[in-house]
Amino acid sequence: MTELLPFLKSLISTSGLSGHEAPVRELIESTWQPLTDEMSVSRLGSLHGLKKGSSADPRPTILIAAHMDAIGLMVTSIQDGFLRVTEIGGLDARVLPGQLVTVHGRRDLPGVIVQPPAHLLPPGAKDGPVPLNHLLVDVGLRPRQVNQQVRNGDLISFSQEPVQMQGETLAGRSLDNRASVAALTLCLDELQTRDHAWDVWAVATSQEEVTMGGARTSAFHLRPELAVAVDVTWGKSPSTPDHKTFPLGRGLTLGWGPNIHPGLHASFKKVADQFEIPYATEVMPRHSGTDAFALQVAAHGVPTMVVSIPLRYMHTPVEMVALKDIRRTAHLLSEFISQLDIDYMDKLTLDELS
Amino acid sequence: MSADSTTKNPAPKIRAAQTRLLRRLCEACAVSGDESEVRAIVLAQVRPHADDIQVDALGNVLVIRPGRGRKKRLRVMLAAHMDEIGFMLTHHDGDGIFRFDTVGGIDPRQLPGKSVWVGHDHIPGVIGAKPIHLTTSNERKSTISIDSLRIDIGLGSNTKVKVGDRATFATKFSRVGPSIRAKALDDRLGVATLIELVKHAPENIDLLAAFTVQEEVGLRGAQVAAYAFNPDVGIAVDSTPAMDLPTWEGAGDGGENSRYNTRLDAGPAIYLADSATLADPRLVRHLVDTAESANIPYQIRQPGGGGTDAGAISRSRSGVPSISVSIPGRYTHTAAGIARVSDWRNTLALLHTALSTMTPDLLAIDR
Repeated sequence: MTELLPFLKSLISTSGLSGHEAPVRELIESTWQPLTDEMSVSRLGSLHGLKKGSSADPRPTILIAAHMDAIGLMVTSIQDGFLRVTEIGGLDARVLPGQLVTVHGRRDLPGVIVQPPAHLLPPGAKDGPVPLNHLLVDVGLRPRQVNQQVRNGDLISFSQEPVQMQGETLAGRSLDNRASVAALTLCLDELQTRDHAWDVWAVATSQEEVTMGGARTSAFHLRPELAVAVDVTWGKSPSTPDHKTFPLGRGLTLGWGPNIHPGLHASFKKVADQFEIPYATEVMPRHSGTDAFALQVAAHGVPTMVVSIPLRYMHTPVEMVALKDIRRTAHLLSEFISQLDIDYMDKLTLDELS
Repeated sequence: MSADSTTKNPAPKIRAAQTRLLRRLCEACAVSGDESEVRAIVLAQVRPHADDIQVDALGNVLVIRPGRGRKKRLRVMLAAHMDEIGFMLTHHDGDGIFRFDTVGGIDPRQLPGKSVWVGHDHIPGVIGAKPIHLTTSNERKSTISIDSLRIDIGLGSNTKVKVGDRATFATKFSRVGPSIRAKALDDRLGVATLIELVKHAPENIDLLAAFTVQEEVGLRGAQVAAYAFNPDVGIAVDSTPAMDLPTWEGAGDGGENSRYNTRLDAGPAIYLADSATLADPRLVRHLVDTAESANIPYQIRQPGGGGTDAGAISRSRSGVPSISVSIPGRYTHTAAGIARVSDWRNTLALLHTALSTMTPDLLAIDR
């Protein structure tokens, strides 16, 4: 059994920026090893874990994807011992000043993101938020030492430690989307003692935050009959609009929109209702903002679903989730998988009216 | 300095034990007006070394280490402030979410996306920010106002957290190469330095150590501490901003950073003038001469705005010749400052050496 809290804490304490997921992938791999029958790593760095079904060969396959990559920064130049940086993934520069980071140089260097004093900034950048290209990173070393340890292109991770808070909540960096990796892991745990006819490919995808290339190529390679993207969604928090956000601790969301197969959506709802797993329908009128966008159009196309865990303060180093929403997501996935009949695809229809 | 005094009071050093103490001091929470956590550490440290210790009405820790011998001695007050900038919870919106206000000078741009410790039990919380996905590009051009930020301690209620509690940035202390990265280096570096001076008090002076409160909200502790001590000389031991950063073309002074205030690695910063104090020239001379003859690096803090406890001490009673000696630190009043161990070591060395040679002759000539 995987203990959720310690596992999730170790997941969010491990680096793995988009395109450089190896550290976190190794951690997931070692956790999935006893839970799967077969593992592989894709050409773009996604981790594939196969949990074989019980029906006769050839079996249908469901792919469950949770992206493991994290947002962060990259060194663009070095000046007088200070680093200038650019972003990996979408960052609001307003959350950066004063953040603790780890610069992955010749060795890992603790640092801090610096907002220079106004009088050192060019005209136009003195007031209001200081844009990313005017922020610096200080690693506390003298210029000569910095030049030895750091090169352009070195990665920078946030180093905010996990914050365990009341009400079974956890805050920290990279909970988008390590919370979903944890849910997928708990799902694999549950499937150890459940019969399921279908093969399950658990996939920790790479590069979601920048290219979605991990999901697209893994879905092409594995050719599943069905695909589910597990991701986080906007949690209701101070200053967020109510109509686009979902309360923490009150259940998961089931996506609805062009990235989602309506028949598959209906099946998930049915299972959630049957097991009294609380959920809300999350409308996604265009791009779902998840791996589902890529999964859906892999090869000939795949019926795709999005299941999301509400998360506050997304893309800041203090993202926050409720553990029970992660457990609920894992439970819904395992119940759905174990209910999949061998002839599910024959019954699946696009037309909700039928 | 007599051979006698050196053997009895060896010069203090910065070693592992001193760094461990600084770690405890920096990780303690003592927002102005609620300094008890740091006060407890200070009291435990100085108790074995002084008989005369008082906690006054505001919470200052006043420690007297009288000198020895028949010669007349200067009464030298040293002040280091225990308080730090931080937050106070002002309203409970419900379900673990609190409005807050800042205490001391904090740039609101330093707040979003930080973890915090609330109250004496260091209850963990976070100051979040709206997800970038839900902001407009126009919105991202405006500073996030404190009014729209909240401290979030998680779901549900907690009887340990209430309106009026203080909070600080939740930054753990770390040693990084030649540096220290921590919160509240302003002025725990000064507190740690003053503790060492109390432990190694030179016998040629009466050392009056004030671990002060409420510096960040108007030098208020130092004012009453100076009144109580009635010293001949006042020295504030603080941490001052080092703004020795690169600048951009079209910024600074012709693309050059000529307003750095102080620089790391350049040694203790001796103040001549800030908005609160005009340093006594006799003390400036004594410190500079001491540094040069003892080969201790030092720098003159660029004259300009700002203020330390010396401002309150110098205007106490009929006036007290005063000065500030500060340890340079980058990113003061943010979640994480950076200072050099060498600057801390040299500040302690300069102060100890300078105190050890102070006699009433220093003030015999008029200012």
